[in-house]
Amino acid sequence: MIFVLEKREAPSPLWRWLSPLLAIALAVLAGAVMFAILGHDPAAALYVYFIEPLTSAWSIEELIVKATPLVMTGAGLAMAYRANVWNIGAEGQLIMGALAGSMIPILTPGWNDPLALLAMLILAAAGGALWGWIPAVLKNRFNANEILTSLMLVYVAQLFLDWLVRGPWRDPKGFNFPKSVTFEGWHVLPAISGRVHLGAILALLAVLILWWMLARMTYGFSVRVMGSAPRAGLFAGFSAQKTTTAAFLLSGALAGLAGISEVSGSIGQLQPSISPGYGFTAIIVAFLGRLSPLGALFAGLLLALTYLGGESAQLALNISDKVAQAFQGILLFFILASDTLVNYRFRRAASREGRT
Amino acid sequence: MTMLQAVLLTIITASTPLLLAAVGELVVERAGVLNLGVEGMMAAGAMAAFAAGHYTGNPWAGVLAGALAGMIMVLPFAFLTQTLATNQVATGLALTLLGLGLSGLLGESFVGQPGVRLPRLHVPGLSDIPFIGPVVFSHDILVYASFALVAAVAWFLFGTRAGLILRAIGVNHAAAHALGYPVIKVRYAAILFGGALAGLAGAYLSLSYTPQWIENMTAGRGWIALALVVFATWRPLRVLGGAYLFGAVWIMGLYVQAAGFGVPSQLLTALPYIVTIVALVIISRNRTLTLTNTPASIGIPFVPDR
Amino acid sequence: MKAPDETSAPLLQVRGITRRFGALVANDDVSLSVKAGEIHALLGENGAGKSTLVKIIYGALQPDSGEILLAGEPVRIASPAAAREMGIGMVFQHFSLFEPFTVAENIRLALAADEDKAALDQRIREVSRQYGLPLDPGALVADLSVGERQRVEIVRCLLADPRIIILDEPTSVLTPQEAGELFVTLRKLADEGRAIIYISHRLEEVRALCASATILRHGKVVDSLDPRRETAASLARLMVGADIHDVHAAPPPDMLGAPLLHLRDLTLPPDGPFGVPLYGISLNVRAGEVVAIAGVAGNGQRELFRALSGERLAQGNGVIFIRGEDVSRKGINARRRAGAAFAPEERLGHACVPLMTLSENIVLSRHATGEGLVRRGVIDYGKAREICDRVIRANDVRGADAGKAAAALSGGNLQKFIMGRELDRKPALFIVNQPTWGVDAGAAALIRQQLIDLARAGSAVLVISQDLDEIFEIADRIAVISRGELSAAQPAGELDREKIGLLMAGAHETARGAA
Repeated sequence: MIFVLEKREAPSPLWRWLSPLLAIALAVLAGAVMFAILGHDPAAALYVYFIEPLTSAWSIEELIVKATPLVMTGAGLAMAYRANVWNIGAEGQLIMGALAGSMIPILTPGWNDPLALLAMLILAAAGGALWGWIPAVLKNRFNANEILTSLMLVYVAQLFLDWLVRGPWRDPKGFNFPKSVTFEGWHVLPAISGRVHLGAILALLAVLILWWMLARMTYGFSVRVMGSAPRAGLFAGFSAQKTTTAAFLLSGALAGLAGISEVSGSIGQLQPSISPGYGFTAIIVAFLGRLSPLGALFAGLLLALTYLGGESAQLALNISDKVAQAFQGILLFFILASDTLVNYRFRRAASREGRT
Repeated sequence: MTMLQAVLLTIITASTPLLLAAVGELVVERAGVLNLGVEGMMAAGAMAAFAAGHYTGNPWAGVLAGALAGMIMVLPFAFLTQTLATNQVATGLALTLLGLGLSGLLGESFVGQPGVRLPRLHVPGLSDIPFIGPVVFSHDILVYASFALVAAVAWFLFGTRAGLILRAIGVNHAAAHALGYPVIKVRYAAILFGGALAGLAGAYLSLSYTPQWIENMTAGRGWIALALVVFATWRPLRVLGGAYLFGAVWIMGLYVQAAGFGVPSQLLTALPYIVTIVALVIISRNRTLTLTNTPASIGIPFVPDR
Repeated sequence: MKAPDETSAPLLQVRGITRRFGALVANDDVSLSVKAGEIHALLGENGAGKSTLVKIIYGALQPDSGEILLAGEPVRIASPAAAREMGIGMVFQHFSLFEPFTVAENIRLALAADEDKAALDQRIREVSRQYGLPLDPGALVADLSVGERQRVEIVRCLLADPRIIILDEPTSVLTPQEAGELFVTLRKLADEGRAIIYISHRLEEVRALCASATILRHGKVVDSLDPRRETAASLARLMVGADIHDVHAAPPPDMLGAPLLHLRDLTLPPDGPFGVPLYGISLNVRAGEVVAIAGVAGNGQRELFRALSGERLAQGNGVIFIRGEDVSRKGINARRRAGAAFAPEERLGHACVPLMTLSENIVLSRHATGEGLVRRGVIDYGKAREICDRVIRANDVRGADAGKAAAALSGGNLQKFIMGRELDRKPALFIVNQPTWGVDAGAAALIRQQLIDLARAGSAVLVISQDLDEIFEIADRIAVISRGELSAAQPAGELDREKIGLLMAGAHETARGAA
């Protein structure tokens, strides 16, 4: 007996809600199997991974700190993917945003007031947007595939950061460590509670603004139309090129903001590696959140938990923290598989259906 | 061995993994499927090949394990995109993330461990030809296999009926289905072939290029292989040329670095990625060339109406 | 092949076929039988179940119940390949050709066994000569005209020497002359003892060609008859199940108003590798009249619509004028603000976003028309809903409400919605591509009447259509597009099918066409 897909007449509203939950459940199940294979008691490992990080105030703060860049970047990517614009290079835009924002503490250390902080944020958004603008231009002018160009630019950004912190931007008093000066005063995003900093509020604001744009504004409407039926978008008078550019600028700017909020709010200086792949994990955030900015908020928290759980599993069970990345990949597979149920139903097909 | 010989030799070794992965992806894309998971399959292949070689001491076991790992990794991608008709871009990304994650996790204990190296084949007579012998006839089997695969794929796609069917499915899956061809089965087969070759490309990295396991040792080669397929406008012989061009750029960076011209090493390391972007731009700006060669059904899920 | 034998069993018998898709019963206990040497018409409106039935006969779909007999023997047709083995061939409506491949490669793909290239080329030439369907085996399909592509389909089908040939709407892409040539070929095939199933909704054609017919409505057989003993009107009544209201065309006013659309030498290069260029198109459409542009598919209609709507801009100024305003370099919304409205051919994916609600689809074409639907970048969805409800009520859009997705409507109702959405703005100029393509007869009559009424109320209406019946029903003047060139528009009364057919084939083309 085999099952065949049958397109639903309309997307199922029920499965729209259920599919992320099903994906999470299946991924946790797969995680249990993975832990068992690695030789750990699955129940205990799952507890350490998913529950323990939620049991103390300290770790909840840490969860929010990790969720901040994920939510910010993921919400921006959700908008881009909604418009059918495939920005895969958020990691690079995040790095370039961090670099642009860091120009102020590193190059003009004397300027240390609230305005300097504002300038850092603006520069970061501009830096991320600019890095995102490159694939958009290459796509619009030369028809170059944006997936590949934006991804290639991640490597370039990483190497550029590496060069800066080992070369011109290295802290002269830093014992030759590849690190910039430590940010101080208004060069650091103010803390709200413990390690949670202003970035979390910015992320929340970004989500709300994007959500409103998507739901009510002509721009959001154009995103939804261009992503779902590009020819109808042209009929509406929207431009495919402008859509691509806007999507890259917006998602790049948010990734850039995430970059400076991470460097200025959590790390406190530039170093060769400033992100454990937040820009890539944000892709999963966008999908788990059903490509909606509000969804990205919840998805960002869940993905932050996978990072945190990875750390606590390493401490408690001596499981490699690389388990987090593997788990995230599995989760994305299950999200995509479950999403099929929104648009299709399974129909049992008797074998007489025959071969095609 | 002269400097020139050494350079040529290393270009061949740098080009081989790109060529293997790109030829595999070319077949996948010709069948109308876009698999962005090459980097992940390659990483998994490299890790599995290293592990198998390390445990058995037999590099052939490593080669086999690399190809098998690529095929196993690509199975969920095939199931999702073909049976469940999911978005191929997103599913390919998931495959890359999973492949990199799993290989990092399972390979952690192998970091710094000694590996095995694929033996170089010594062809009596040929290998002793001055200059040419050491450059061309002293490689391991995978280098020769990569050339043989290009020829075989070119012959299959453009010289056989099965290849015509595969291309037809990539051009117009609805019409191929209407004629009664098994679109999804052919695509499964193509995807598995692509997985095996990406795995082999990874195996080459960890068994020959640098016989060890380092996390992320694929260093974007899977993505460059994807760009190569576009650059080659989906033609096997052009993939061969493109792979060697990119291999040369990769090696050039290393030699310039070694010569110490005072250019930042990061810039030289970044060169292959920048060249990839430039190459994509050059080839893509000719819209007629790309549009007429692109398999028209690429990336579009196929669900037959039953 | 033997001459048809009156006493033997029918070549094809279909008995009690039922096929469901979810809740929809596409075929409900359908039976039909076709004898050797017979051209049998399968009639019905869109969605009546014709396509499902022939897909079952061709093995592309399996029935839920019922049986198929070939020459009296029950058979199971598991796949199109199996169907071809049994001698069943099919010529598709939407061509199943591979554009970047050659004619020979396309044909090779449809053969059961592989064949030597030279031998196959030879066979293609022979068969195409034998049946008057000239083809070059080495030509790329992408370079062929629609009529030539159909020849490839037919030759591909004939090379397998089928006993039963199914043709799905074969003349919808042909000029009247080409259709006439096709009928000669089909009669020859029938005389050889083959059975032909001919799907069409052109009733005059069926009456001229077929000796028997099966009529489907809502998945059921409503009648089997001899179409030669019927009138087009009686056949239409059986297909639709009710009388079709005649479109009432009041004569155009004696004095036409000012030209609301003025085209002056519109020339555009192709918009892609498979596009058609437009050459020096000039045309006036005046207030009060309906002008129709006839032509065979693929002769630049899509490109012309894009150029007129502003989805693609002209290359310089002074080419396109709407109500006297030069809009050559202005986009679709500026043209809408100048008083124009547009309805493209493809309903889902061009005129509407399939998965968006009807009220969101109102916003689609009206967000920048200066009606206050958008203020400072914010959409007033409440107002969109009001407009939507009004459009649904005023245009008899059945089974619709503002919150329903466009994809959930039937073709006819969605087209009524799209027309209504634009008519609701009372446009001074309305440009429509294929207003009733794939629409049921009732809705088609309503839409045609609306177009005439709009013109008589003082607007200018330009209709691009491939349906000559429709054009003669509504047009005051007719121009013909052929390979991107437009003939001079002439009063409908001075033209007939014959003349239009010659124009369609490119008879008016000047030096460039002859070269």
